[in-house]
Amino acid sequence: MYSYNDFDAAFVAERNKQFRAQVQRRIDGSLTEDEFKPLRLMNGLYLQLHAYMLRVAIPYGTLNAAQMDQLAFIADKFDKGYGHFTTRQNIQYNWPKLTEVPDILDALAEVEMHALQTSGNTIRNVTADHFAGAAADEIADPRPIAELLRQWSTDHPEFQFLPRKFKIAVTGSPNDRAVTRAHDIGLRMVRNDAGENGFEVIVGGGLGRTPMVGKVIRDFLPVADLLAYVEAIVSVYNLLGRRDNKYKARIKITVHENGLETIRDMVESRFEQIKPGFTGFDQDLLAQIEHAFAPPAFKTAGTEGYEAARLANPAFRSWTDTNLTAHKNDDYAIVSVSIKKHGNTPGDATSDQMRALAQIARDYGHDELRISHEQNVILPHVHKSDLPAIYAALRAADLATANIGLVSDIIACPGMDYCALATARSIPVAQQIATRFDELKVEHDVGPLKIKISGCINACGHHHVGHIGILGLDRAGVENYQITLGGDGTEDTHIGERAGPGFAYDEIVPAIERLVLGYLDLRTDPEETFIQTFRRLGAEPFKAILYPEKEAQNAA
Amino acid sequence: MPRTFTPKVVTANALLEGDAVWLTEDNTWTRDMAKAELLTDEAHADLRLLEASARQDEIAGPYLADAKPTENGPAPTHFREDFRTRGPSNYPHGKQAEV
Repeated sequence: MYSYNDFDAAFVAERNKQFRAQVQRRIDGSLTEDEFKPLRLMNGLYLQLHAYMLRVAIPYGTLNAAQMDQLAFIADKFDKGYGHFTTRQNIQYNWPKLTEVPDILDALAEVEMHALQTSGNTIRNVTADHFAGAAADEIADPRPIAELLRQWSTDHPEFQFLPRKFKIAVTGSPNDRAVTRAHDIGLRMVRNDAGENGFEVIVGGGLGRTPMVGKVIRDFLPVADLLAYVEAIVSVYNLLGRRDNKYKARIKITVHENGLETIRDMVESRFEQIKPGFTGFDQDLLAQIEHAFAPPAFKTAGTEGYEAARLANPAFRSWTDTNLTAHKNDDYAIVSVSIKKHGNTPGDATSDQMRALAQIARDYGHDELRISHEQNVILPHVHKSDLPAIYAALRAADLATANIGLVSDIIACPGMDYCALATARSIPVAQQIATRFDELKVEHDVGPLKIKISGCINACGHHHVGHIGILGLDRAGVENYQITLGGDGTEDTHIGERAGPGFAYDEIVPAIERLVLGYLDLRTDPEETFIQTFRRLGAEPFKAILYPEKEAQNAA
Repeated sequence: MPRTFTPKVVTANALLEGDAVWLTEDNTWTRDMAKAELLTDEAHADLRLLEASARQDEIAGPYLADAKPTENGPAPTHFREDFRTRGPSNYPHGKQAEV
């Protein structure tokens, strides 16, 4: 893992000192809220419905046990004993007091963490495949690039006042687990015919009120050119992006309005102009960073105990069936720890659970943890012989839910339970869907299905790319939920299509139940997943299930 | 016909805690919406908001929220404002825990 050098540590300390003084000036009345707001946002501090909220970056979703322990400490000392893992690999604290935020930032700095650029019109926390460095299908670990981008983008003087926020995601695998096509810039590692690694560069993707699938601006960019090319893109956007209309300010609109060809020409020209300035220092830095991400010393041991435990314990077997992913080392597995226990808030972990996860990572996981954009926690490197012990430890911490990728593994934004922008609640809808399917005992039969819920049009819950998306709106002063169908956030990114009229708060869970159970009658066999069935049949039969009255009228 | 004015309250977030507060008739901030001043006259409501906005060292983000009179005092009409009087629905945190 990357460790702060003297520059990083001094920079974060200096910023924290500045912010402490800014908070003091806000409290003593020298700064108005209008003056303070951009300053607090630069440090990840929001003001929400019921309290302040601090959004802490977990760069490319990677953290070690000491960092997780510190997140637990902060949750206990400054919050209400829990934290919320988000779809951007951040953790949010929902109840900090303004006076204590500088102390929280200092506590984060002790473990080389910060809340810089988790808000505001800057380049945000760079996200990455949560299986980076471990996945069997990976070309190379994308995290050194993500760390390079973090260092380059942090306090970059040219990019502190962009037209709007700017999100970059990077993956090193052909199977895209980082939703790169829904980012301002998506970087997908590819290998060319000469066997060299490079990046397919995707630009102008995004969800929100105008969802767009990103477009390929360069199909192969050598790694050595990456920083200059990304800088060229952001630079062109900084000049061309609209500042007259907040809703048209993202790069997806810039690309849409100007056309990909124009943007590409401008980016290439800017790239040629600035490239000579990148004289190799970035590559030296990258080499140092890559060194920090060297794989752990994998242990050699038998895996018979694992096989025996699978045979002996059906609950363990079920958990291994859903929560494990293939590791590049055959004797290892990637464990996804579900933070989606049925009925609980998606992405919320208590301080006790965080400490348990830290201890498991220390004991069995080469001291590494990841946060996924699907709001789960990953143990990326686990020897199979340790899985029974890990399962037991997870059970003791109430973290052994076997539902990864199933109906109840729902992404949900905080919605109107916390967020000042929300138009409806998301969390209770997610809780009720998960509880209902647990009662029905059908989710393993239903199989892989991604439900994603957003509490407003900004789409933090990624509803557009859910196989089933749910969007909570305010319709004439009442919560109303629109369903979208057929979305996909993988390398085949698709924006889901709206099914029809929305559902009231007390109708949405029955509607989802009808839809999912209806799919069971439509699929050709248990192997055909929801999204495959949808692609084969189209939306119509699903709409007929959702709106039976309309179907009856049509038949009459 | 002039548009009818719906009654309002002045509300904001407390500067230090960040929770919802409402402006009372005697110019204090209350955490109980029922104790807020119900504003039935548009010009007076605008004036009260202006006065509240000047109190930057106590609150952030003041605005006028729709409210209705009840026996106990002003009450919210929109679900968002209703949530602000209570707290989140997934945990017994916020104002509902303080009652």
